[in-house]
Amino acid sequence: MTLPDTLLTSFRTVVSYRLRSLLIILAMALGVAAVVMLTALGDGARNYVINQFSSIGTNLLVVLPGRAETSGSFLGAVLGQTPRDLTLKDAQLLERLPQIRRYAPLNVGAAELSAANRLREVTVLGSTEHLIPIRHMKLAQGSFLQQGSERSAQIVLGAKIAREFFPHTQAIGQRVRLGDNRFLVSGVLAAQGETMGFNTDEVVIIPIDHAQAMFNTTSLFRILVETKHHNDIEPAKQAMLAILKQAHDGEEDITIITQDAILDTFDRILHALTLAVAGIAAISLIVAGILIMNVMLVAVSQRTAEIGLLKAIGATSSDIRRLFFAEALWLSLTGAMFGFLFGQLGSQLIRWAYPQLPAWAPLWASIAGIAVAVITGIVASILPANQAARLDAVQALGKR
Amino acid sequence: MIKLQSITRTFHMGDQAVYALNDINLQIDSGEYVSIMGPSGSGKSTLLNIIGLLDQPNSGRYELDGKPVTDLTEIEQARIRREKIGFVFQSFHLVPRLTAAENIELPLILGGIPVEQRQARVQAALQAFELLQRAQHRPSELSGGQRQRVAIARATIMQPSVILADEPTGNLDHQIGAEVMVLLENLHHAGTTLIIVTHDRELGARAHRQIGMRDGRILTDQHS
Ligand SMILES: Nc1ncnc2c1ncn2[C@@H]1O[C@H](COP(=O)(O)OP(=O)(O)OP(=O)(O)O)[C@@H](O)[C@H]1O
Ligand SMILES: [Mg+2]
Repeated sequence: MTLPDTLLTSFRTVVSYRLRSLLIILAMALGVAAVVMLTALGDGARNYVINQFSSIGTNLLVVLPGRAETSGSFLGAVLGQTPRDLTLKDAQLLERLPQIRRYAPLNVGAAELSAANRLREVTVLGSTEHLIPIRHMKLAQGSFLQQGSERSAQIVLGAKIAREFFPHTQAIGQRVRLGDNRFLVSGVLAAQGETMGFNTDEVVIIPIDHAQAMFNTTSLFRILVETKHHNDIEPAKQAMLAILKQAHDGEEDITIITQDAILDTFDRILHALTLAVAGIAAISLIVAGILIMNVMLVAVSQRTAEIGLLKAIGATSSDIRRLFFAEALWLSLTGAMFGFLFGQLGSQLIRWAYPQLPAWAPLWASIAGIAVAVITGIVASILPANQAARLDAVQALGKR
Repeated sequence: MIKLQSITRTFHMGDQAVYALNDINLQIDSGEYVSIMGPSGSGKSTLLNIIGLLDQPNSGRYELDGKPVTDLTEIEQARIRREKIGFVFQSFHLVPRLTAAENIELPLILGGIPVEQRQARVQAALQAFELLQRAQHRPSELSGGQRQRVAIARATIMQPSVILADEPTGNLDHQIGAEVMVLLENLHHAGTTLIIVTHDRELGARAHRQIGMRDGRILTDQHS
């Protein structure tokens, strides 16, 4: 029996047992579709996080006060107590480092903003003009703290704040009151939406020394540092640690987080998560494989007389084995193909429903899903196919 | 030519051995028309299955066309079944989901015959057995006589030298059975060796050689 004839004959068998075949194909298809869609979701989430991270700046290092308990975990530093303050003077020390392109000290607080008979509480960022390029923010209009004007009481409004307070008039040049101080609006941020849970549309930015005076503090919340090149990140980190340690009487009481390290951690976690959901989805493929095995075993006993007949008219055992093999192959292959299509369609629907989530199934997942489906189909058919091939022709013919 | 020497076939029922065939010696020349008769359980089907290489004897020697076949591999035996032997069964044994034409085509597919030749040969067979109108019908849509005609067409499509028919008229009424016998006898006239197992004395008597069996042995062997 030639290979094309084997494939064609078994294909006809699959078609003639329509309902049975449809159910198996559906089970296989659901499994593959689950693998494709879940990995699309997982990988989409991973890419979403990566995009978010790069949208807050590139080649970024963040200096925060306090020592991390263990290297690699920055939570301790974020949550823990701060033994020694990080000051503007510390920040200025960093300027000398050759690897550093620019830096921005940062204070964060809240205050009441009032103007044009409106009043609301806003998040106040105190910084320098470098904050805007480092954080990849954009000004829609105006400017912020041009060099040499650091003492002037200028304020930049987030896009939403500007719209709320000055819906009909030009915001730039208006006077506003923040806490007890008066500021001149010098710029408006471009609308950016939320990144990393932080909405720059609802903040105001003022010069760092005004912020420190307003919140009555000399310590900084963070120092954001941007290096010149990606390769500079590690050397810059070491150099900064050394300089700040020296400035703090030899005590290493600060933590430097590199964006790369965080990104890497998230990347690894989300990748592992994607793998895990793919694995769970793949279990449904094994279940579909068991279904195929069961159905093929039933087929062998249903078609016993037919197998006997085939042997009587000259089929070899391997002809019979190949026929059952090919039948399972058709079922799993068709199921896998439909599953792939369903999965792609589902991913498309996810992307359509959540445009910010790049839910594309990674190639490895699609290939692995289809491969696992086909391999389970083949493995599942080994036992039934061998059983069919081993049947005694005379006894098989006697079965009705 | 079929030559059986001291063929024995036993089955074990628990710890008891049943001799389905007990020291059978038989020679059937090419082109002979032989009927095998005997009571139920006398070993007729077993004998036919061994001649058709569907079953293996426990001991003895079987030569087909001068060559010993008992020790051939499974693949070689399948090839002989495909090329030299045609089976016709009492219950037709057609594949229910295939049409008449597809059932007839099966041995050609198993034999790896190219598609173009298959179509022509199936058409010729359909014509020869007056099945052209029924070519696209499934077995469930055919009468008993038509089903057996499809089965005979299938058994002869590879032009075997031996036709083995195990009670080919057992499921047919008298008249239709007689028509089927005529078809089989036509094959014999064309030179095929024809071996028929039957319970019907009248039908058995039409053969030129009649073999009577009992308890796994050949009792009578008459030429007429
Ligand atoms: N697979 C088997 N297992 C056990 N015993 C068997 C088997 N096949 C046949 N036999 C026994 O072998 C003997 C011969 O059986 P066989 O089928 O050849 O008889 P038969 O002459 O064809 O009978 P019938 O006219 O009823 O078809 C019987 O006693 C039967 O019970
Ligand atoms: Mg019998």
